[in-house]
Amino acid sequence: MGVFIGEDTRLVVQGITGRDGSFHTRQMVEYGTRVVAGVTPGKGGQRFDDSIPVFDTVEQAVSETGANASVIYVPARFAADAIFEAADGGVATVVCITEGVPVADMLRVLPYVHDRGARLIGPNCPGLIVPGCCKIGIIPGQIVEKGPVGVVSRSGTLTYEVVFQLTRAGIGQSACVGIGGDPLIGTSFVDCLAAFESDRDTEAVVMIGEIGGTDEQIAAEYVSSSMSKPVVGFIAGQTAPPGRRMGHAGAIISGSEGTADEKMRSFEDNGIGVARRPVDIVDLIRDRS
Amino acid sequence: MNIHEYQARQILREFGIPVPPGEIAETPDEAAEIATRLGGPTVVKAQVHAGGRGKAGGVKLAQTTEEVREKAAAILGMEIKGLTVRKVLIAPAEEIASEAYVGIVMDRANRCDTFMVSSEGGVDIEEVAATMPSAIKRVQVDPRYGLLRHQAAALGHHLYDDPDVVRQAATIMNQLYAAYRASGGTLAEINPLIVNRAGEVKAIDAKMNIDDNALFRLPEIEAMRDVESENPAETRARGAGLSYVPLEGNVGCCVNGAGLAMATMDLVKYYGGEPANFLDIGGSSNPDKVVTALELITEDDNVRSILFNIFGGITRCDDVANGIVAATKRMELEIPITIRLTGTNEEKAIEILEANGFEAMVDMDRAVRIAVERAAV
Repeated sequence: MGVFIGEDTRLVVQGITGRDGSFHTRQMVEYGTRVVAGVTPGKGGQRFDDSIPVFDTVEQAVSETGANASVIYVPARFAADAIFEAADGGVATVVCITEGVPVADMLRVLPYVHDRGARLIGPNCPGLIVPGCCKIGIIPGQIVEKGPVGVVSRSGTLTYEVVFQLTRAGIGQSACVGIGGDPLIGTSFVDCLAAFESDRDTEAVVMIGEIGGTDEQIAAEYVSSSMSKPVVGFIAGQTAPPGRRMGHAGAIISGSEGTADEKMRSFEDNGIGVARRPVDIVDLIRDRS
Repeated sequence: MNIHEYQARQILREFGIPVPPGEIAETPDEAAEIATRLGGPTVVKAQVHAGGRGKAGGVKLAQTTEEVREKAAAILGMEIKGLTVRKVLIAPAEEIASEAYVGIVMDRANRCDTFMVSSEGGVDIEEVAATMPSAIKRVQVDPRYGLLRHQAAALGHHLYDDPDVVRQAATIMNQLYAAYRASGGTLAEINPLIVNRAGEVKAIDAKMNIDDNALFRLPEIEAMRDVESENPAETRARGAGLSYVPLEGNVGCCVNGAGLAMATMDLVKYYGGEPANFLDIGGSSNPDKVVTALELITEDDNVRSILFNIFGGITRCDDVANGIVAATKRMELEIPITIRLTGTNEEKAIEILEANGFEAMVDMDRAVRIAVERAAV
């Protein structure tokens, strides 16, 4: 098993018949992901693209196909329900792509998912990809290449930017995980760092953070206390004004908490190589690997 | 989304919290008329989305109706932290025996709502946390159970000794939590919560921040948005589904993706420029969105140079290129545009742009440097 997903992954797509669900299912299938089922309430019995069976519920999908992971392409007002359903349906990994989920919903979802022993990635994330194996979500397959660097990020296109630069420099990736841009998410930087530390194929890690919250600072302490592999970090939002939401719901400096300076300082204090510009990440990772 | 004090007070009142009456005035005459009706000493409070109103001179006591008129005249039109005061709240002044701070915040680090109360009322809570942390009591609320009775009581006991006052305070804690939950709150503060000379506990100020993502199911809260206090460009951006934050500089930015947009702003600054804005056009290469983006950016008179930074993953670079060409054909643009795109179909995109007289590049740092240079011309 790779980082969170791998060759054993059997994926059910919640929202498979919608516009995003259908487009990205085809992309995932093309990349090599084993998509075994889809769920759209009311469309059970149909076949997506003449091959993937569609069910009314996650429970049915899991029971019939042995799906062990789920991806959610469902509008924000229904996303929490979809996560509850996935966790209750017995899948081990739930990836929620949806942006705009109310934070109060996530407060209730997180303990529920935790109690059922499932891992939630997201919401408001591009998903994850294990190059050469499979992907769940919307990370473009053509920008990645198999290699030794693990990438974990709160961003979407900024992640693609960095990954593309690494690929162009001949530095491939073991896995790229988008944890999402919201303030309450299922999988943190520390969760990913721990997974990369125990992953045989990962030799070094790139962390891409943003303003807001304290996840990067907590991760920095984890790096110095518990990691043997080198880590390089970048923080977006060094010039963001306080109190304003910069696109992502979680990208907001609250009072004095969550500034880029604070995060970069905690990186430095804990032995993480700090990239001032995205382009510096490639040089830093090359130096430290 | 922010709401004004008078709106937060109304919400808290609806949930049963003792909040003194108050009305809004937009002119000194209106203020005087309200004060006459209320009778007695009055407080005049600026209604703006900014902290530190008191320190800025935006909160004044007045003993007579004439004084109310004078104070209102002084406060209306005042600028507090860059925001113009258009409304004042006229409320009866209370006789204060003690002041406390009560707040609930969506606590990211602990993944729950956390109550904070402090016996140092009227003071900025961050200051208290830094200088007198023992004055603050924190209680984490389990979202599955809500605020439990013993938790509300503990908060009351931290602030007060008199059993009747403790009971009133505990009730208010429950009501505040209910108001916060029902309104999609990410922050709700009463600062100060007072006890008056008659031993009554009242909320004489209120502040609430609302989760933007919850507004779709709270139309009555969304209706509280004060569009007048917003930069019109922001209002327009929101309507068009774009994320836009105005800044002070002269390099207008247009990027797909919030993280990349922030990194682009940072890079402009790194190369000696000043970003004019943050703008995320999201995953769409739709020409209408590009037109709106360009209109927003150019409405800012400070902008001397425009930078596009597009990473085409699922979004195809040639779609964006066509969008830029179509958009600029519809507008008479004299401001130089620097275009950087990379990803899916980048060669095709560059061809399209060059055929229409634009230079397009693949290297982000180079594009930022050129955009900054162009702004300096």
